[in-house]
Amino acid sequence: MENLVYIALFAPLVSSLFAALFAQKPKIQLVGIVTSILIGISLLASVTLLLDIHESGKAVSVTLMDWIQAGDMDIKFGFTVDQVTAVMMSVVTLVSTVVHVYSNYYMESDKSFNRFFSYLSAFVFSMMVLVMSDNFLGLFIGWEGVGVCSWLLIGFWYERKDETRDVNPSISPSWAANEAFIMNRIADLGMLVGIFMIYWNLGTVKYSEVFAHLDQLSHGMLVGIGIALFIGAMGKSAQFPLHTWLADAMEGPTPVSALIHAATMVTAGVYLVIRANPLYSQIPEVGYFIAVVGTFVAIFAASMALVNRDLKRVIAYSTLSQLGYMFAAAGLGAYWVALFHLAAHAFFKALLFIGAGNVMHAMHDELDMFKMGGLKKQMGWTFFYMGLASLALSGIYPLAGFFSKDTILEVAFNEHTYGIWFTLWLTAGLTAFYSFRQVFLVFFGDERYHEIGAHPHEAKAYALWAMAPLAILAVIFGFYKEDFVEFVTKLLPAYEMSEHTHHMVWILTLVTTAIALTGIIVAFIKYSKGLKRDLNFEQNNKLYKLLYNQYYIPVLYEKAFAKPYKELSDIAWQEIDMQVVDATVDGIAKAVETTGDVSRRAQNGNLSTYLKWMAAGLIFVTLITVISVVIK
Amino acid sequence: MTIGLTHYLVLSAILFAVGLAGVLRRKNLLMLFFATEIMLNAANIAFAAISTHIGDLSGQMFALFIIAIAASEVAVGLGLLILIYKKYGTLDLDNLSIMKG
Repeated sequence: MENLVYIALFAPLVSSLFAALFAQKPKIQLVGIVTSILIGISLLASVTLLLDIHESGKAVSVTLMDWIQAGDMDIKFGFTVDQVTAVMMSVVTLVSTVVHVYSNYYMESDKSFNRFFSYLSAFVFSMMVLVMSDNFLGLFIGWEGVGVCSWLLIGFWYERKDETRDVNPSISPSWAANEAFIMNRIADLGMLVGIFMIYWNLGTVKYSEVFAHLDQLSHGMLVGIGIALFIGAMGKSAQFPLHTWLADAMEGPTPVSALIHAATMVTAGVYLVIRANPLYSQIPEVGYFIAVVGTFVAIFAASMALVNRDLKRVIAYSTLSQLGYMFAAAGLGAYWVALFHLAAHAFFKALLFIGAGNVMHAMHDELDMFKMGGLKKQMGWTFFYMGLASLALSGIYPLAGFFSKDTILEVAFNEHTYGIWFTLWLTAGLTAFYSFRQVFLVFFGDERYHEIGAHPHEAKAYALWAMAPLAILAVIFGFYKEDFVEFVTKLLPAYEMSEHTHHMVWILTLVTTAIALTGIIVAFIKYSKGLKRDLNFEQNNKLYKLLYNQYYIPVLYEKAFAKPYKELSDIAWQEIDMQVVDATVDGIAKAVETTGDVSRRAQNGNLSTYLKWMAAGLIFVTLITVISVVIK
Repeated sequence: MTIGLTHYLVLSAILFAVGLAGVLRRKNLLMLFFATEIMLNAANIAFAAISTHIGDLSGQMFALFIIAIAASEVAVGLGLLILIYKKYGTLDLDNLSIMKG
């Protein structure tokens, strides 16, 4: 059992280091194959652990080594695989394996093929550290590790030119990578403060010890810790107001978007809240705040997805929106529901993104959906997968999304937070609309791609086969809800619906399905027959422009934070650095140089002159000696 | 008039001054050698005189050492001088300034 833990954890590391050996070399197909197999081994180990824990019901703990020992501080580098971790590990490694295999196809003609796999595996390793660690500090290391890998992978095509938003709404990869990293840095500070507060008050960072001693803390302190940790979660899971980086992160290669910015890394924030459930259970007011933020983000992001024309950005906003759902569930105390939606979402969202990758390949990296259309003929399988994933995302029976999203809505209803319920219900309709707007724009209607001279082609067979596990899980995962609940509630608090809700379940389900179907039908009517653009509406409708420009928030951040900061930096550079720091350093250097220049003349190579200097020195020293003796 | 310590020291000082002047003024390497020999011998005179004056033999031993070292120095130095002369055809210091800073 312990060996399985180590295999699951370290196979991705080995994979990353192996690929790193060839990072500077041109493409080696073997690298892609070996890394895929190693991640696959990690998947096998994770699933075996999951089944073992399912049978035994006991968590597996290992201690790798003493990590920090200073004074009273004793932190071990330990890992625990319990029910929640096992689920997370299985989801992460499954999506990772699919994405690794798929990347062999997607990156086949990229010149940095080997480097890509090294980064991708490094990400998997960091994510495993994040979910497997048995203490907050180990989680933080993984947290930062995935941040770095995300930065590396968003900026994977760092050589692409830097463009401002005025020129191009999709900015350069290096800009996007920095934005993601800096945004996360802001949030990580909050998280770090939370961990400090925990250590300061309890003297330990180990989950089991921290959660056992929560009753020693005052209520105010618990609220403080809860909020600080949630700020960290907000950054990683791109919740408002730190959400702008996620849409821009779509500059990275599409497999990266599928793995990191849809299925795994962005759900780390949700994982943190689920993991810290004993803490959040004691502070329901913070939980309610989390639920409200999540609900707001759900509808906020969905509204932006309604009008966006960028294939990947629509999916990115939908990810944001679904993360909002997860936070809403977790905030309301239904932790297993959040975890269930997290897993289901990982499957169908990764599938959707990979499908988008196929479309991008076919369209020669064109992302504007208004320039696609009618791709169903050439890309039957991709259409099938993306359609399936969109159905799951919209929450149509019997796909996974139906079960998870419906449960979240039931929870919101059960808690009598009808505002949250209504907003999430409305969002379900919007979700269905924008998902199928995308499907219809890309696969149905007139073939607009002729205008940009694209020759669409279906992806290679093995890439399509690689997507199959995700598709199967997106279909069947919902039916394992009962097993899932029984499994994870051994660790997470069970959430019981009241009688009142039990009677209402059928009505709620029908109402939710109805709005989802309405969304799909509206999208069908509007987009399935081809694109009819109303330019007057697009240019003059205030609401459309507001949504299309993402509520002007990127512009606001640019003006309110980025610009003043740049001006401040310019002043610091021109006035302080150049005038004071550089001037001092240059002055010292110049003084030394001038002295040398002058004294160099004494060294003219003539022995006579040297002897004269020597004699002068001798006389000088003698004089000083004599004078000092006389004075004494 | 008896010759006392002072006379020896004055002689030593004069010889040292002569040697120093030679070192500073002369441009010929060979002459520089002679000048340093004069300075060494000025020191020898002072050593021997003071040694006799205070009745301690150490000074005279030092003088003997200096004579031995001076002899070997001259042997090495003259060899080098011959080589320099062979290589550059001159012993004039003004023409031998090849190591400029």
